[in-house]
Amino acid sequence: MKKMIQLAAVAAVASVFAGQAVARDLTVVSFGGANKEAQVAAFYQPFEKATGQKVVGVDYNGEVAKVKAMVEAGKVTWDVVEVESPEVLRGCEEGVYEKIDPKLIGGKAAFLPGTVSECGVGIFVWSTAIAYNADKLKTGPTSWADFWDVKKFPGKRGLRKGAKYTLEFALLADGVKPADVYKVLGTKAGVDRAFKKLDQLKANIQWWEAGAQPPQFLASGDVVMSSAYNGRIDAAQKEGKNLKIVWNGSIWDIDSWVIPKGSPNKEQALKFVQFASKPENQKTYSHKIAYGPTNKSAVGMIDPKVLPTLPTAPANLNGALGINVQFWVDHGEELEERFNAWAAK
Amino acid sequence: MNMTADAPLLAADGVPLAVKLKRAERRKKLRAALLVAPLAVFLLATFILPIALLLYRSVENPEVPAMLPKTVSALAGWQGQGLPDEAALGVFVQELTAAKDNKAMVGNAAKRLNMEISGYRSLLTKTVRAMPLDPAAGPLREQFVNIDERWAEADYWRVLRHQDSRYTGFYLQSSLDIKRGADDSLHMAGDDEAIYLKIFGRTLWMSAVVTLFCFLLGYPLAYWLVNLPTRKSNLLMIVVLLPFWTSVLVRVAAWIVLLQNEGLINGALMAMGFVDSPVQLAFNRIGVYIAMVHILLPFMILPVFSVMKAIPPTYMRAAVSLGSHPIPAFWKVYFPQTVAGVGAGALLVFIMSIGYYITPALLGGPDDQMVSYYVAFFTNNTVNWGMAAALGSLLLIATMALYTLYARIVGANRLSLG
Repeated sequence: MKKMIQLAAVAAVASVFAGQAVARDLTVVSFGGANKEAQVAAFYQPFEKATGQKVVGVDYNGEVAKVKAMVEAGKVTWDVVEVESPEVLRGCEEGVYEKIDPKLIGGKAAFLPGTVSECGVGIFVWSTAIAYNADKLKTGPTSWADFWDVKKFPGKRGLRKGAKYTLEFALLADGVKPADVYKVLGTKAGVDRAFKKLDQLKANIQWWEAGAQPPQFLASGDVVMSSAYNGRIDAAQKEGKNLKIVWNGSIWDIDSWVIPKGSPNKEQALKFVQFASKPENQKTYSHKIAYGPTNKSAVGMIDPKVLPTLPTAPANLNGALGINVQFWVDHGEELEERFNAWAAK
Repeated sequence: MNMTADAPLLAADGVPLAVKLKRAERRKKLRAALLVAPLAVFLLATFILPIALLLYRSVENPEVPAMLPKTVSALAGWQGQGLPDEAALGVFVQELTAAKDNKAMVGNAAKRLNMEISGYRSLLTKTVRAMPLDPAAGPLREQFVNIDERWAEADYWRVLRHQDSRYTGFYLQSSLDIKRGADDSLHMAGDDEAIYLKIFGRTLWMSAVVTLFCFLLGYPLAYWLVNLPTRKSNLLMIVVLLPFWTSVLVRVAAWIVLLQNEGLINGALMAMGFVDSPVQLAFNRIGVYIAMVHILLPFMILPVFSVMKAIPPTYMRAAVSLGSHPIPAFWKVYFPQTVAGVGAGALLVFIMSIGYYITPALLGGPDDQMVSYYVAFFTNNTVNWGMAAALGSLLLIATMALYTLYARIVGANRLSLG
């Protein structure tokens, strides 16, 4: 009976989409905004010029469920997708992504450690940090403790809606050392402690979901400070906005290319990943937006003026921590759900 | 003459008339059935089938039984203390080894188990990677604990033993804030984790408020439209319908522009000196109510308008000329005749509100989200389609229950769209 229902449903859906399964352009999915603009200039356009293959860019906010749905339905319309690192591991374990041979991109050794895995190739290192509008705040915050201090800095704060990063920041604000954050968060008491700390700030939080929102919130004065992707703040600075980044207590992560399993454009997708991982193209990308390259040879090509703005600059790594991928693969769902319960109260 | 009384009436060709009539009747029925067949097939494929699949998804539990069918039955004899016996562990090893190359199957089972205990995902994938185990290398119990110390905890085995059926109440229970304790008993979730009952309550409450405001605003407007000269009322009707023809997304975006802190409304209020600092109108409950009432207002106005249109104005005049004050006359003579339209409008608005997603998502804060938001969350973010289906099913059941209740009170045959 179940098989029959499924067959009927598949037939119904298939008849609707029949005739659409023709060759299409290479579809590359990214987080949009300033990040995508940089990708267009550094990857899409040069790739089109070099190969003649047209690239179509699609935006998303990290909803990898769509990829899974496509793969399970056998109707893959995304060819290359930019995902955050816990998603690389999780999706790879679930068999949602194609394996990528490291030889294709010049071997694992050519990249920063941990940026190339079975299914993913690191694109760039990015960071979530505190940002504030220096036109509105004469003396800015210097730590997450300041971020929580509504007496010293009255007004709303922006935070990314979700448990990831938010819980880490709460613990940092509560005085946990960066090195101990995941140890504390791994216990029930630690999670309770993080939510308790968030309770203190809750009334003053304005949540954001898309990376383009924090610079807008800061510029319009909706919030006095916000967590933000460092590249978006850098892009706003280039547009003349007087926004500042506080690197202390920032969390860095790596975004990677993955290829959904069963993509009809797999050959082209692999070529695209190969092309985008070349040092000269990664260099162009880092010059357009302040995210650090993963290809070791690209690191040396970066303009010395750009270097201090990247999350990988030694000064910026001071007091920063890297995201614990395994922790979020294991605890992500439970904590996101608890976060939802908390936020909805 | 009395011999014809028992014999059947015959048609001209000698076939009994009753048979002929029946045949004609059948043909007619068949033709009618053929005429509705396309619609029936369409409804089946686009409406009934997806709903059936949705209900099915909310109780389906294939992940672990598909990967470890023999293990879960071998665990049935386990006492719930310490590790299972060597025989059961042997079966477990066999099935883990067999599944080693099927990543999707391991991934799905790991994900399902991770819903029960966070961390089970990595425990299972790590254990699968360590396969096969050599039984000669020592007791399997020790080998499992060597792979990961967590295997020494009874909780992980208990959860695995519980995965013995292809059907589960897990998702529906979780959607009602019911948790399973260590002793397999069900209890309500604690304050930190309880969420969905509150969300269901909020969804119904917000829908009720939106319906009430649609009625308060829509009823007088419909009355006014009915009593205007046709040309003017047609013009105003277009004004009512124009936003109705615009995309919901566009209208919500327009409200964001108007209501935000630096928006037109706050700008005007501040310029006129009513307020010193912007009033928070967007990204909270007020913004959601304003936009939802605006979007759903036509669904109230149209049925009320068409019902009012059919009421002869002479009734009111008669009541007044018989000595009634206009207000009681309106209340006792006019209003009862519009109840059918109000009922239909209220039901339309309420049921549409219950499923609202995009307006609260864009114009509300985290505590203004309705059930659909969580359906989208589970579908798009955590890829937990069981939970999404369970929440959707409960929403469907709640809607149908409300409709039945409503039909009992108001009377379904009294609903009228005009």
